[in-house]
Amino acid sequence: MRRRVNYIQEMDWLTVLLYLLMVGFGLVNIYSSAYNSELPSLFETSQRYGKQILWIGAALVFAIVIFLIDSRFYSFIAYPFYLLMMVVLVFIIFFGIEVNAAKSWIEIGSFRIQPAEFGKLAVGLALAKYLSSISLNAYTPATFVRIGAIVFIPMLLVLMQNDTGSALVYFSFIMVLYREGLSANFLWIGLASVFLFVMSFMVPIFFLALGIIVAAYLYMLITPKLIKTKWVVGLVVIGAFFLAYYGQSFLDLNFTAYFWLVSLSIGGALVLLGYGWWYRVKRFVQGSLVLIFSLLFVSSVDFVFNEVLEAHQQNRILVLLGKKSDPQGVEWNVIQSKIAIGSGGLAGKGFLNGTQTKFDFVPEQSTDFIFCTVGEEWGYIGTSAVIVLFVIFLLRLIYLAERQRSNFNRIYGWGITSVFFFHFAVNISMTIGLAPVIGIPLPFFSYGGSSLWAFTIMLFIFLRLDSTRKEFLQ
Amino acid sequence: MGAIIVILALIMLIKLFMIQMVDTRYKISAQNNSQRHVTEYPARGLIYDRQGALMVYNQAAYDLMLIPREMKAFDTLELADVVGISVDEMKGGIQKAKRYSRYKPSVLVKQLNTETYAILQEKLYKYPGFFVQTRTLRKYPSPIAANVLGYVGEVDEKWLENNAYYQQGDYAGISGLEKVYEEMLRGKKGVSIYLVNVHNTIQGSFMNGQYDTAAIAGRNLTTTLDLELQAYGERLMQNKIGSIVAIEPETGEILALVSSPIYDPNLLVGRVRGQNYRSLQADLNKPLYNRALMAQYPPGSTFKLITGLVGLQEGVLNPGITYACSGPNSLPIKCSHFHDTPIGLIHSIEESCNPYFWKVFQSVMDNQAYPKIQDSFTSWRNHVMSFGLNQKFQTDLFSESRGNIPDIDYFNRYYGEKGWRALTVRSLSIGQGEILLTPLQLANQAATIANRGYFRPPHLVKQIDGLDSLEFQKEIHRTTIHPEHFEPIIEGMRLVYAGDHGTARWYRNDSIPMAGKTGTAENPHGDDHSIFIAFAPIDNPRIAISVIVENSGFGSTWAVPIATLMMEKYLKGAISRNWVETRMLEGNLMPKPDPVEVAE
Ligand SMILES: [Zn+2]
Repeated sequence: MRRRVNYIQEMDWLTVLLYLLMVGFGLVNIYSSAYNSELPSLFETSQRYGKQILWIGAALVFAIVIFLIDSRFYSFIAYPFYLLMMVVLVFIIFFGIEVNAAKSWIEIGSFRIQPAEFGKLAVGLALAKYLSSISLNAYTPATFVRIGAIVFIPMLLVLMQNDTGSALVYFSFIMVLYREGLSANFLWIGLASVFLFVMSFMVPIFFLALGIIVAAYLYMLITPKLIKTKWVVGLVVIGAFFLAYYGQSFLDLNFTAYFWLVSLSIGGALVLLGYGWWYRVKRFVQGSLVLIFSLLFVSSVDFVFNEVLEAHQQNRILVLLGKKSDPQGVEWNVIQSKIAIGSGGLAGKGFLNGTQTKFDFVPEQSTDFIFCTVGEEWGYIGTSAVIVLFVIFLLRLIYLAERQRSNFNRIYGWGITSVFFFHFAVNISMTIGLAPVIGIPLPFFSYGGSSLWAFTIMLFIFLRLDSTRKEFLQ
Repeated sequence: MGAIIVILALIMLIKLFMIQMVDTRYKISAQNNSQRHVTEYPARGLIYDRQGALMVYNQAAYDLMLIPREMKAFDTLELADVVGISVDEMKGGIQKAKRYSRYKPSVLVKQLNTETYAILQEKLYKYPGFFVQTRTLRKYPSPIAANVLGYVGEVDEKWLENNAYYQQGDYAGISGLEKVYEEMLRGKKGVSIYLVNVHNTIQGSFMNGQYDTAAIAGRNLTTTLDLELQAYGERLMQNKIGSIVAIEPETGEILALVSSPIYDPNLLVGRVRGQNYRSLQADLNKPLYNRALMAQYPPGSTFKLITGLVGLQEGVLNPGITYACSGPNSLPIKCSHFHDTPIGLIHSIEESCNPYFWKVFQSVMDNQAYPKIQDSFTSWRNHVMSFGLNQKFQTDLFSESRGNIPDIDYFNRYYGEKGWRALTVRSLSIGQGEILLTPLQLANQAATIANRGYFRPPHLVKQIDGLDSLEFQKEIHRTTIHPEHFEPIIEGMRLVYAGDHGTARWYRNDSIPMAGKTGTAENPHGDDHSIFIAFAPIDNPRIAISVIVENSGFGSTWAVPIATLMMEKYLKGAISRNWVETRMLEGNLMPKPDPVEVAE
């Protein structure tokens, strides 16, 4: 049974206020970073600030329209909207317009839209719809596949548009799964893959594999039980390795040492897996599975990096991981960004008085690097204010999500909170040199219609859902 | 989750505290200092001919640049005086620079000379925001090969949008070798970053020059051209419209590439470029159009050589086969003159007999080995295309044309699938009708015959400093014709010079055995174009050549002597018969200008 509620009264006005503050302060900084003394009017639509005003106006109209629509509508359109977005994303791979090497835009008249921004909304809705339709404690492999598909299909499509930053955002939905009771193993596997991925560039592949093998065998062999068996197994494996490695010159085989190391270790692990499976030794099963998959993983990373990727792609990864210095490229942006922020001091140089943020050294001053302008012109006071504003905003969203009585509303709330958090964390961290440069916008601050609209719609759909939470009886 | 957010926020706040409040390295702008990025332009690569003679070099020029944001009030009149422009021009330029960007430098006055630069340098401290950028301009010691070398010009908006390397005011190759090898020739710009105070004075380098990069000079090119031969070709072609292409058959290296009328490459350099370009573009004889690569002509009788080769390869012709010729009364194609009849393959080349090659073509098309005309035609076309026709060589030539060899679809559409036979397409046998070749393809055809059946794709660069050989230098293309079939054809070509009735016999040179073939390209708009292809020496060919002289009528009058002189010049270094040379140099075949109505 549903009760009638006055949803204007029930709207969370605190969040709306925070939203308006952020958008307003964002506009101030965009005005300053794109300021053209020849065309100083705020409403000059040939300049970025004039355009941003148009985007903001339209965003507010969207917000009002969202509030006029029945809240059940959003759950109802979750799947159709998701499908539509996937079609659009596929379309873009073939017919999109390229901007800054990312083929992720479509042009309608003189407007350019970046659909990847709306993809996040589609995933948020679809994931909420799906997770709220199944029993939380009964995840089967099939459920995992479906959840994976909902999140990773759009991610892959965005990746194929060469827009790595926007693609990484989809990882943030893992936080939702964690909140919804997903086993922590899932997170561990994810973290371990990232660790191994990074390590395969930091450590020579041979020693990385050796390390994995030693760790896994130590884990399996240092057990209190089965003393004899272990030693036998261990010696056989080690013996086989040496025999094979030194035997190859005798047999005139031309495999590399790495090949022998990996293939023999995997062979040994398979033996241990069979043994552990049969005699129910849990450690053998775990250890050998970890060993096999880790070795296959690092070997394929190595293979793809060396054999599949082209030189410029290899370079980008190495620079991102800090393995290669690139003073004129990515590193340059970070140092310039730090100088801009650093030169602001405590109180900043004041509105329009920034000098560092006016050059063209940072590729996207009014989009991805807008926080530099905040730092330079408003100083430490300005930057802390922005961070505090975001913290209040995010904590408020969590609070709102937790007070929902419907699963759909709660999961959707967590979904968008994760996305906002990811953008906030990555954007500011890269600007101040805490994280590698991944080009994604700062919500509500960065210049750009697509991202502002997408973030606004995501937020206001949630506020609309929240305003009717009392319609659900407990 | 809440805890993670708060912890991350605290880390950010601490880091920002360090950057903004503690670390002094980031305070460079505290006294309103700013960074100045000074681009160091590398010298553009030089271009040499095959013997190492300099063809293109650089001279310095100085651009006055402006960063509007740094500009303070100044004496406009004085500065305008120094650089030699009016105050209005100065003000207009400043407005334009402001519209482009307040923060990025714009070019205010281009290409000041060294004296002006010296005076300006002393006074520059009075004008904050202004500085001088050194650039290089191209210079050509001998005014030749303009169309081959191409020219360098300022990059336009569209170019800037698509190529992140360039900035407003930068130069890039626009055509010819300058364009094709732009990335090699330009080198890599360097940048030095300085700290500059409010008085426009440099305070030192930014972060000890840690972020500076040195400019890398462009690579020098050695072209395949022979400077002397190229210059001689351009002289022979003066007052004529047409082209000369000479190739070294063994390597595919282009020795000379002349497109006439020529122009002086120095015209398209510096401040005068725009104006000169417009007048060259307005010239009705199109000097900017590279005829040698882009013009397409029906090859006329020179194509009979290929007709003969295909006949030999298909087994429907052997050197002993003779056909009767009734001279101008022959059907369905007339012969241009009377000669002994019946005539064999070798003498039909010597005397350029049309009916003979029509018969050869007919026997190729009606060959019983193929069920339909479409099949025999396709086989013929494959043989023809193996000479590099109907396609671009795609080496390092700027804008080539493909030429044309019609395919069966074309005739099926035009006549219907059952509506055509050998007779319908008979004009192909003597290089007329739909067949079109470029002068380059004609020269390559001569080279292919000189090589007895293969060619290396013609190209213009021999060597780039610091690089190994280029991909296309290793390519080798074999024709579908067996080498032995080339011998009777070459014997016929030898008789074109050496025979009693040969069409080039008046220009035979007893010290160099030459082989050639004349042709006439029909021109519906006026006098026919004279064509000649040749190579020499016959046994160890070192040069293959094509010459086309537009509106000069029959092949032997102009194209033959020019080609012969070119080959002699290249092989002997001097000319033995000066009367031929004089006649060629003095010949004027330029179209007479139409009478212009003068308005009263
Ligand atoms: Zn005849």
